[in-house]
Amino acid sequence: MGARLPQAGGGAGEAIKDDSQLRQKRMLEEYARTLASATRAGGKCVYTFVPGNLTELVRSFGLHLVLPEINALQSAMRGKSRGYIAVAEKLGHSEDVCTYVKCDLGMMKSGNIGPTGEPVPKPDLLLLSYTGCFTFMKWFEILREEYGCPVVMLHVPYQGDGKITESMRRYVVDQLRGEVIPALERISGRAYDEASLSERLARSARAEEDLVWVLESAKRRPSPIDAYFGGVYYIGPIFTAFRGTEEAVDYYAALRSEVAERLAAGKGPVTPDGEMARERFRIVVEGPPNWTSFRQFWKMFSDEGAVVVASTYTKVGGVYDEGFRHDPDRPLESLAEYCMGCYTNINLPGRVEMLSRYVTDYAADGLLVNSIKSCNSFSAGQLMILREVERRTGKPAGFIESDLVDPRYFSASNIKNRLESYFQMIEQKRAGRPA
Amino acid sequence: MRCFVGIDLGSTTTKAVVLGEDGSILGRGITNSRSDYDVACGVALAEAIISARFGLIETELRRAGAGASAVWMGELGRRFRERQYRGSLAILSESLLALAARIGPEAEGRLAAARGILGEMEREVPALFAEGASRKSDFFRDLAGSRYVHHAEEAARSGAGGFDALVGLFDKAILQVENRPAGADDFRRHALAALESMDSPPPALRCAVEHAAGLPMEQARSVGTGYGRQTLPFPKDQIRSEILCHGLGAHAMYPGTRTALDIGGQDTKAIQVDADGIVTSFQMNDRCAAGCGRYLGYIADEMNLGLHELGPLACDSRRAVRINSTCTVFAGAELRERLSLGERREDILAGLHRAIILRSMSLLARSGGVSDELTFTGGVARNPAAVGALRELVRENYGEIRINISADSIYTGALGAALFARREDLRAAA
Repeated sequence: MGARLPQAGGGAGEAIKDDSQLRQKRMLEEYARTLASATRAGGKCVYTFVPGNLTELVRSFGLHLVLPEINALQSAMRGKSRGYIAVAEKLGHSEDVCTYVKCDLGMMKSGNIGPTGEPVPKPDLLLLSYTGCFTFMKWFEILREEYGCPVVMLHVPYQGDGKITESMRRYVVDQLRGEVIPALERISGRAYDEASLSERLARSARAEEDLVWVLESAKRRPSPIDAYFGGVYYIGPIFTAFRGTEEAVDYYAALRSEVAERLAAGKGPVTPDGEMARERFRIVVEGPPNWTSFRQFWKMFSDEGAVVVASTYTKVGGVYDEGFRHDPDRPLESLAEYCMGCYTNINLPGRVEMLSRYVTDYAADGLLVNSIKSCNSFSAGQLMILREVERRTGKPAGFIESDLVDPRYFSASNIKNRLESYFQMIEQKRAGRPA
Repeated sequence: MRCFVGIDLGSTTTKAVVLGEDGSILGRGITNSRSDYDVACGVALAEAIISARFGLIETELRRAGAGASAVWMGELGRRFRERQYRGSLAILSESLLALAARIGPEAEGRLAAARGILGEMEREVPALFAEGASRKSDFFRDLAGSRYVHHAEEAARSGAGGFDALVGLFDKAILQVENRPAGADDFRRHALAALESMDSPPPALRCAVEHAAGLPMEQARSVGTGYGRQTLPFPKDQIRSEILCHGLGAHAMYPGTRTALDIGGQDTKAIQVDADGIVTSFQMNDRCAAGCGRYLGYIADEMNLGLHELGPLACDSRRAVRINSTCTVFAGAELRERLSLGERREDILAGLHRAIILRSMSLLARSGGVSDELTFTGGVARNPAAVGALRELVRENYGEIRINISADSIYTGALGAALFARREDLRAAA
């Protein structure tokens, strides 16, 4: 454990990574190679988004998946997003447009070489399976124009009332049967095989079980993991093309063993700068991390002994810690529930509830919001969420602002200043009234 | 005597506060921030210790029952500052003349012009520090700079030298003055010289000066804060965020404080504190420094006014112009546009002040609103137009709220830092 690799994501020196991180990195690289060679050999490719992705269904047709958000964030971690965004802005996309979109379009216009150096295949189908983010729709509208390929849209009802009703479930299943599956059949030339889908969903559920165990290990003190910065590596396979595969089952079993070992040894998380010696602050985080300065951002926490014990970002591709599992006995129904249950599809009271529960269940010192400049739909209401969680838990909350993949919106010194102030505020509150 | 030091290294000014063992404020010092942070802190601290020694002299003079102690202290202070000024002017002259004498086609004329200007500056020193004289700033850079520029303009008009070349000499030479650390013996030297120049000072004053100058000030503990705090030569545990320091400082000055607003050079902080001065929530401008103190500095430059002149001028407004942009760079364009449309500059300035306070209102709202009492701190709290706009907008949005503004509000962060230093010391001793 603790091999060294050249670092990614803006930092100095070599990043220290644990075995699961190295394994995850290999998996994604291997996938990019397979994707490139399989599509060169005539394999068909479907683009889709992380929230509400229908990976098992798509792959049951022998189709390959590309996730543009993942390409964007990986490009940012490899220092390529600045140039791609500039290309997109030159094309006429304004400064305020979602930077994932601009990064992806810029990559496409710069030769469409993916973050790992492999060419990204053109889509044969754009599967818009989550509509909670309106930008997704516009994004695929642009790609449709660029590639001249069909779009199939799955309308996922928002959990406005905080629950999934039978009619909502039926509505999604009907669309899956009536629109999505026929589109996938047309592209792949294969008939829908429910048995194959169910097998995949059974494997998903096994991997989900291990992922939840890993994420919940952070309830222990010291936490053996960082559930945000480390967490984004842990969710990598299950949020991308691996859900429902044997590789994912193996990865999560291995990850669980690795974390179990750390837990037994009473060790803290592995950060890019080494193992965290002392856990001083336990934080719950709302909002995605900044990807352009990922390592630097993490270091601002680890230098202060701050561990993120729970985060909502690691739930945008599926909320599993509240009991949901993909169900092989109800394949399409469970896919429908999965799509509707993603964190991005939960209403504001639901998000408040989840965050408050995290603060309590994970014995956190407070909540920190990283609000994303170019994501208006997801950032809306975050201050209200913050105040309400603060009121319910009595724990102090902090607020910082940055961006996903646009390096211009990561003001390191300001963010560091806010974070230090926030951690000191927690400390001051802990110390209580001066003598 | 044992003392505790708090230093607030801000983007515009560096402040220091010295506390006694009982927590009382012994002295405050301020200087303009500069590229050499260590020197800036050293100078601010030296100034705070000078102010502490002056405080000791005054106490002793009163205790000795010397009559008219305030008058004597006033005179001693003026003469002391005059000595300090002369000391800095001597360094400036030496450095500037050396630069002027550098070989070049116009060295001779340049040298003569520089000598002339410095001679004028030397001659006007007594008037600058005379009783009742008003000075635009107490920072040597500003004070000497404005006099130098004044004389350089005259020299250029009379053909004695090129204005830009002469100002360029000052810009280089002033760095020599600013990067010179404060001397350990400066207080004694200047205080005794000031005393010698006075006409029959009471013997008790001499005694008090001798005593104060000789009193060792043992810095038991120091805490640093401010945007440049990471560069302070303090261990990490002696560095505190300015949020905490401003919260605690505001609480110490006004124990009823529940909300503190600090508008500094490059950031604005909205802070909520509890009854013990513990910070419960805060917001700062994150992505942009529009609407902070520097904005006013820029406007002052654009209008060729001193920073301190802006507020009083804006207070003469009859109808504030609505200004939407708080972008510092755009503000200049907006200002010129409004002037060209025939708006009065008082009205434009009132609009600009309101615009920056509107930004602060947004931060205050996001931090949790304004609770009674609101303490307004930072350099901008000295500006009457900003204070007026704040009062008005707080009343409109939150009703009647008590707003505290101290004449020493600029020292709030440094005071909080010094209080943390004292607390740490007490805790270590317990």
